[in-house]
Amino acid sequence: HCGATGGEGGLVGGGGYMKWLEVNSSYSSSAMSEAVVPDATVSPAAGGPYGEKAGGPGVDFSYVGIDAILEQMRRKAMKQGFELNIMVVGQSGLGKSTLMNTLFKSKVSRKSVLATAQEKIPKTIEIKSVSHDIEEKGVRMKLTVIDTPGFGDQINNENCWQPIMKFINDQYEAYLQEEININRKKRIPDSRVHCCIYFIPPTGHCLRPLDVEFMRRLSKVVNIVPVIAKADTLTLEERDFFKKKIREELRANGIDVYPQKEFDEDAEDRMINEKIREMIPFAVVGSDQEYQVNGRRLLGRKTKWGTIEVENIAHCEFAYLRDLLIRTHMQNIKDITSSIHYEMYRVRRLNENNTVVAHANGVPEHHLAAHEM
Amino acid sequence: MASTEIARQAGEGARAVPLAGHVGFDSMPDQLVNKSVNHGFCFNILCVGETGLGKSTLMDTLFNTKFEGEPTQHNQPGVTLKSNTYELQESNVRLKLTVVNTVGFGDQINKEDSYKSIVEFIDAQFEAYLQEELKIKRTLHSYHDTRIHACLYFIAPTGHSLKSLDLVTMKKLDSKVNIIPIVAKSDAISKSELAKFKIKITSELVSNGVQIYQFPTDDESVAEINSTMNSHLPFAVVGSTEEVKIGNKMVKARQYPWGTVQVENENHCDFVKLREMLIRVNMEDLREQTHTRHYELYRRCKLEEMGFKDTDPDSKPFSLQETYEAKRNEFMGELQKKEEEMRQMFVQRVKEKEAELKEAEKELHEKFDRLKKLHQDEKKKVEDKKKSLDDELNMFKQKKTAAELLHNQAQQAGGSTTLKRDKERKNNPWLCTE
Repeated sequence: HCGATGGEGGLVGGGGYMKWLEVNSSYSSSAMSEAVVPDATVSPAAGGPYGEKAGGPGVDFSYVGIDAILEQMRRKAMKQGFELNIMVVGQSGLGKSTLMNTLFKSKVSRKSVLATAQEKIPKTIEIKSVSHDIEEKGVRMKLTVIDTPGFGDQINNENCWQPIMKFINDQYEAYLQEEININRKKRIPDSRVHCCIYFIPPTGHCLRPLDVEFMRRLSKVVNIVPVIAKADTLTLEERDFFKKKIREELRANGIDVYPQKEFDEDAEDRMINEKIREMIPFAVVGSDQEYQVNGRRLLGRKTKWGTIEVENIAHCEFAYLRDLLIRTHMQNIKDITSSIHYEMYRVRRLNENNTVVAHANGVPEHHLAAHEM
Repeated sequence: MASTEIARQAGEGARAVPLAGHVGFDSMPDQLVNKSVNHGFCFNILCVGETGLGKSTLMDTLFNTKFEGEPTQHNQPGVTLKSNTYELQESNVRLKLTVVNTVGFGDQINKEDSYKSIVEFIDAQFEAYLQEELKIKRTLHSYHDTRIHACLYFIAPTGHSLKSLDLVTMKKLDSKVNIIPIVAKSDAISKSELAKFKIKITSELVSNGVQIYQFPTDDESVAEINSTMNSHLPFAVVGSTEEVKIGNKMVKARQYPWGTVQVENENHCDFVKLREMLIRVNMEDLREQTHTRHYELYRRCKLEEMGFKDTDPDSKPFSLQETYEAKRNEFMGELQKKEEEMRQMFVQRVKEKEAELKEAEKELHEKFDRLKKLHQDEKKKVEDKKKSLDDELNMFKQKKTAAELLHNQAQQAGGSTTLKRDKERKNNPWLCTE
């Protein structure tokens, strides 16, 4: 078994072996298509990234170097950098901005950037997005935080999800436009919302109708990660009860939040994701202030009765959220956005175009249904 | 109504923010790599060169395995392309490798059209990808990419200059695929001749404006090695899958009475350089160039050819779809027309056949009638004959009875004479009545 060691700039090909079988063959008339499986040649090849052999008398020089492609990909990724677009949705006062700052350990939220002396609750829902270039250990990322002030703050909150859905669909539209251009950019800028964090107020009872409505609609177009905001107002028992209630309600309403069951790729995925599904929604506490606790400086909230350590999993589940969003599932979140949500939008859009144009041309419906293109 | 506001800071659209602690997104490259490992990779190489330049052997040597059982049959009239796909695995990397060979290249008397099948093949792979990309319900994620990522062009080791076939072919291919020229069977040339040969080739390529693949020099970690290698092009290679014992090691080599050419010895040939560049350093770049440069060019040309244009922003989605829809309707209309034609022709044929059959039936009936009549005539004749025979018989019987009566009467009238006559009669069998 050989693992990829990213640190020292090379892949150790120890224990690599070659085995192959002929899968299929032929394009033209002279076809030979027997499947032949040869004996595997095992070679204890070892060496640095550019094929320097480990030497020694018994070494079999049959290391080809295919696994060097992993290093090549890594290099390319480091050079290109990554993009991530997160949307935060929830009533005002639930600590959305603080949580973003805590997640990315810097002032990334809108409030920190757009200096507003007095934060007024807007009369209508606004969508405000702020972008940052952050870098860690050579990995560059363009992070965009999309805030939705005014959500759920009105007296009448009917259709408050509409502007948000429109924004999300607009991003898909922009990407689609770029994609169907004749002269396309080398890298299409990705402004699609990869993840929408929905803040549930810590009532302790159950989801409100607004929560259910919103999540029901939006889980169809974007990855939703629900969190219990300001979880330091709930005791552990209250928290567990609340979480169970929420999960039941989500299930009862057919709401699929991230990680969605139907997109589990294999058994390993399913195992990991099941564990996550049993823990959501994460009960989080955010803070961008550091305090001295037991000789260490930790992010936390200081109260008269103690200091809540944000990154301590005994206190709150912030660390799980951070791990899910950033350290383990970020690529997966982006993949589901691009290969499932975006594709669904694209199918819908192209089909609706077809019908519009077809009717204009007088083509009967059944002709369209018969063809994929 | 909601208002959409995008707040952007100074610079291109984002500001640099320092991090106060470890966030953890430095694991992104690892996440990306893991995803790719699970998914597998694919790499497609096209080998262009005349028969007998050792293309198959070089592939075997590069990937350290014996790909084909026996050498290809060279009995097709034109240039055909034979592609084989193999699944290779090294440690945790799974590679779907497709090797495409040009069979019969350079064998023809008239080689004017030799490059055509190669260009068609490359275009066909681009076309397949484009079709998939244009589909409404598409699965790009799991699409088996057959586009050619690298074209190894095998130059015969004449030692003089490039053949015009090579120049023409490479010129036709350079905008469609990454060309890496190599001098095949280079153990046929001496070192000094080789150096001159390489210079000649490079200058000919430059003067004819052939764009060969340049190893990328923009990334510092590989810039140096790539630029060095760029100056060694075209690589002079020797391929061999046979192993020879040198010292106390088994190495791949070709054994001659006057010495042994070791494949992996950099003093003997550039095989190691080729392997380094093609596989270990630039495989990903080759794939990327194919996708972002060659494929995009093909796509642009194809779409423009089909009549699409990037018009003003408002009608962008519509123009593509509309034109496409219009073309499709046109196509459908034609299809329908053809269908109608075919149906009519079918009906026509059926009618004709029916008429023929009716004719035949009529003839048969007539024949039957004729035969019947004949039969009846015959029957009548026979009956007539029978009748006449019956009549004769009756007449005979009458005559007989009349004769007997006369005889009886005669007997009563004169007895003796009758005796004599009786005797006569008795002796005359003909007159016996019993």
